[in-house]
Parts: sequence; structure tokens; C-alpha cells
Amino acid sequence: MKKRIALLLMTILLTVQFLDVQAVQRFPKPEFESGYVQPETLQPSPRAELLAVMDLVVLAAALAFITWLVLKKRSRMGVFWTSLFSLAYFGFYREGCICSIGAIQNVTLALFDSSYVIPLTVIGFFILPLVSTLFFGRTFCAGVCPFGAMQDLVAFKPQRMGVRLNAVLGLIPYLYLGLAVLYAATGTDFVICRYDPFVGIFRFDASLGMFLFAGILLISGIFIARPYCRFLCPYGVLLNWMSRFSWRHLTITPAGCIQCRLCENSCPYDAIDMPVTEKNPEERPVTLRKLILISLLVPLFALFGGFTGSQLHETLAGVNGKVQLARTLLDTAALAVKPEPFEITAYKSSGKPASQVFAEATEVLRQFYTGGWILGCFVGLVFGIILARRLIISYNADYTPNKGRCFSCARCVDYCPVTPLPKEERI
Amino acid sequence: MEESADNPKIDRRKFLVTGIRATIVAGIGGVAVLTARKTLAGQTVWQLDPAKCIQCGRCATSCVLAQSAVRCTHVYAMCGYCDLCGGYFKPETKTLTTGAENQLCPTNAIRRKFVEDPFFEYTIDEPLCIGCGKCVKGCGAFGNGSLQLQVRQNICVHCNECSIARNCPADAFNRVPASKPYLFKGFEQGNTKDKNREDRG
Repeated sequence: MKKRIALLLMTILLTVQFLDVQAVQRFPKPEFESGYVQPETLQPSPRAELLAVMDLVVLAAALAFITWLVLKKRSRMGVFWTSLFSLAYFGFYREGCICSIGAIQNVTLALFDSSYVIPLTVIGFFILPLVSTLFFGRTFCAGVCPFGAMQDLVAFKPQRMGVRLNAVLGLIPYLYLGLAVLYAATGTDFVICRYDPFVGIFRFDASLGMFLFAGILLISGIFIARPYCRFLCPYGVLLNWMSRFSWRHLTITPAGCIQCRLCENSCPYDAIDMPVTEKNPEERPVTLRKLILISLLVPLFALFGGFTGSQLHETLAGVNGKVQLARTLLDTAALAVKPEPFEITAYKSSGKPASQVFAEATEVLRQFYTGGWILGCFVGLVFGIILARRLIISYNADYTPNKGRCFSCARCVDYCPVTPLPKEERI
Repeated sequence: MEESADNPKIDRRKFLVTGIRATIVAGIGGVAVLTARKTLAGQTVWQLDPAKCIQCGRCATSCVLAQSAVRCTHVYAMCGYCDLCGGYFKPETKTLTTGAENQLCPTNAIRRKFVEDPFFEYTIDEPLCIGCGKCVKGCGAFGNGSLQLQVRQNICVHCNECSIARNCPADAFNRVPASKPYLFKGFEQGNTKDKNREDRG
């Protein structure tokens, strides 16, 4: 009985105390006698939600329109004007966010973090270009993506890069994609947005670093056409994969290739596959040796990459906030620094026990260990496959766009002298 | 069978590519379904939780905008209308006048207006506010904490990754549904009003 009364008293006391905290302020609100009317705290609304839906509609319409221009009209001018529109709408009017490239991270985070709620428009921005590319090639890159449109405009004097340099630099997007997915999946950071070169230009509000990065890309883009798209863009990796299996794709010639070589130098992106017509195909023993070499080397690269990635997991996790906090708490020298870092102040005021911080950091490190293996395997595999591709000769009779790398900009189309077949003879 | 016999090689390749395409479509569909389970019809916006905020001052400098989208917001219903306002005056101030040397705000963004003895009303001149949080700290330390930092949604450009959130030492930034963009500490939201929302019904 005594116990019960004590409990009851405690409950009442606690409730009273709690109510006190809620209701009584340090300085109670005055009772005004002069008829003073208290102003309202204004809470201005964000951008109307309808506009976000409109963005999605414009994206779908632009994709459909440019696909029609590339595949049916075969009009370079049309692609050019569409890309100007996209630059104006998705770039300068919408100020960059959300874009399909960055949406990779939102989708990854939504897949890995159950507490993250993803807006429908973001899913749309991620999936629409992928699906359209899977059926019609990278028409999204041609003139819907504002990044591509911007770089396409400055590609005045494109130079040939050579197959090897293209292949080596072409590895960077895979690494970038892998890192972006790893950091998004662990909830650490959105690196694609962090190192986004052009969003500052779209907003006329770039930091110095961002401005320099964009400047370098745009100036080098005069000679190396679309440097971001070819050697950085992580979304381009996904689109490349999709486009390889596309149902329809831009063709250089409207009918049959007559090997006139006029289009040979027309592509600023080195994305035209030259004809390889070997009269004497390779001997069987040679191809067999190559096959054995490839099937040994590729898994080896993957394994080596995975091991390297797992060894680097502590370094990779170094930018994670939870890991950083745990490291600072363990470091007595860092704790003694005056003035106290804000992170420590915030940690103290949050009242979180140190054990919880360490547990969270350990969990993040574990995720990075697994993630490091996967990232490393992925990069190793890609490296191995790119090397293997150099060993395989693929025979090809005509000048064709490389379905993976071609941005469907339709520049080559203007160089082809072949007249389209009359309608009744078309297949 | 007989139709494809005249050119079996191309057909095999075609079949393979079609198969892969179908697999990819299924894969994308799978991702769409997985993500769409937790989807939100509307947009998300960035929200600053004042309960976690430690007024470090990074809001003023980390925003991608030259003048931060985080501004000080005055929750009037919580204000004590003090003469000696911890958010307005520097701690060592002796004469309670609006002289520049007395003001805590580095940009002179707080207006002090006499209401009736001994009460003063404080309003934020929002275009001048840089979101440094100095007044918020002062008000929280010596007053009721009615001055609070908030992301002004009409100014915010809604970056996919908020650069203030990235730099926030207290993890006070969250993505929240756009229908409830503001969060005040120690105060129910119902008493404040959003004019735009009211208009929309």
C-alpha cells in the first residue's frame, strides 16, 4: 500500500513538474492593457507542389519530343533547340534540383534507409530517362539533361581522344557511381550534389571552388566535348548500360551505309565505331587462349578490387559524421582544444551516452567494410571487362554509333549523303 | 522455326537482347515498387529542429545562397516582451537604448518598439537577417526562447542535399513533408498562421 501511495505521489509530482515546464515561461506573456494585438508568426509556404508535378510532365514531354526528333525527324537543329529549352527550364528556371543524376542517391537512400521518405517526382526523375533510354537510346543526354545541353553548347573544337585515353578516363564514372551509392546507402553524404559543378551557374550563386570546377569543365569542353558526361557522370553509366540493349537507336545513315567516310570525323565524342572487316578471322587457338585469359583475369581483378576496397573502409568512412564524432570523443587531445568544437557542444547538449555514439560508429564502419568489398569488386570487375574488351575484336561492316557511348546528338546525321528510302521500301 | 532458319545468328542475338531488356524493365520496375512503398505524393523540404539547434552560426555561412535561407523567426506567443531582451541587447549593455553599440544583431535586423510600460515588441526585419543565431542564443539563455532559427521555405531553393544540413554539428536538419515545413520549440504550431495556406484552404 505504501508503495502504491508513493508511486501515485511520484506520478502526480512528475506530472505537475512536467506541466510546469510546458506552461510557465521564464517571463510570462504580459496582459496588455493598451489594446496591443500580437502579430502572427508568419510561415511562408514552399514552392507550390503542383509545379513539381509540372516538372515531371515537362520531363516526359521533352523526352518524347527529342526521341521523335532524333529517331524520326533526324534533325540536329531540332535537338539543338530542345537542348536550349531544357537548359533554360531544367537549368536556369528550376535551378538544377532535383535532377536525374542526383536522384540516384535519393533512390539508393530510400532502398537502404527505411526512415527516408522519397517524393514521387524524384522516383520519376530517376526512372523516366532510364526507361526511355532502354527503348530509344540516350536521347535524354542529347538535349534534356541541362548538364549535357550546357556542355554541348561549348563544344566548338572537339579533338579526338584516342581509344586508350577514352577507356582509361571512362573508368572514372564507374568509380564515382560506386562511391556515390556507397555514401548514399550509408547515409553519409550526397557526393554527386556536393561536387555538382553546374548548379552554382544555374543559380548565379556559385562558391569559388564550384565556379572554378565549372570553368575548367566548360573551357576544356571546347576541345574535349562534354567532359562531365563522358568522364564523370555517374548517371551516364546507367544510361550507357540501358542504351546497349535499346530497342531502337539513332542510326547515322537513313538507309544503307555506302562507306563514304564522310561521318568519320563528325562525332565530337568518339562514339562512332569504325568498320572492322577482317578478311582472315582469328584462329581458334588464339581466341581460346584469349577466352581463358579473360575468364581468369576478370575475377582476379574483381577479387583484388574488393580486397583493396575492404582495406580502405576506415578511410572511406572517415567523412561520416558519426564516425568523426566517435573519433573525436576517443581523442583526448582533440577534446582539450579550446574553443570546444561545435560538434562536441552539440553532442553534450543532446545528452546521448558515449556508448551509443560508439555503437553507431561501429555499425557504420561495419557497413563500410561490406560496402568497401562491393565497391571494390564492382570497380575491379569494370576494369577487368574494359581490359577484356580490348582483347576481343568485334567485326562490324559499317559506320555505326556505339550504342553505349553515343549521346544521340544527331550531329553525324547531317554528314550522311544517303537519301532515305521511299516509304514503301522501308522495313 | 523455318522462318528463322535462314538467319539464325541474328535471331539468337535479338532474342538475347530482348531477354536482357525485359529483365532490365523488370529490374527498374522492382526498384520503382521498392521505393514507391515509402513514397510521398508531395515534396519534401528541409526543416530545422530548434530543439537540437545549438546556434553555432554555420547556418549563416553554409547555405548555397549568398544570404542564407535560414532566418530568425519570432514566435510572438512565446515572447515575454521584456525591456531587457537577451536577444536584442549585448550581455554587458548598461543603458537599454537602441544604440548600435548595444545591439547583439550584427546586421541591425531586430526592431524594438515600445508597446506599454514596461513591455517592448521585437520584430525581425527578415531581409536583413543572415541567420547567424546570435539573438537566438541570447534569447534562449536569458529569455523565453521565442526567437528561433527556421528555414524560410519561400527563400530556400530546396537543394537535394542541403549544404547547411551537411555542416550542421547538431544534426538538426531533416527532410520533412512540405505540408508541415515549420517546427517550433516549446510551442504548439496551431497558434501561428500561414497566410498562404489559409488562402488555399
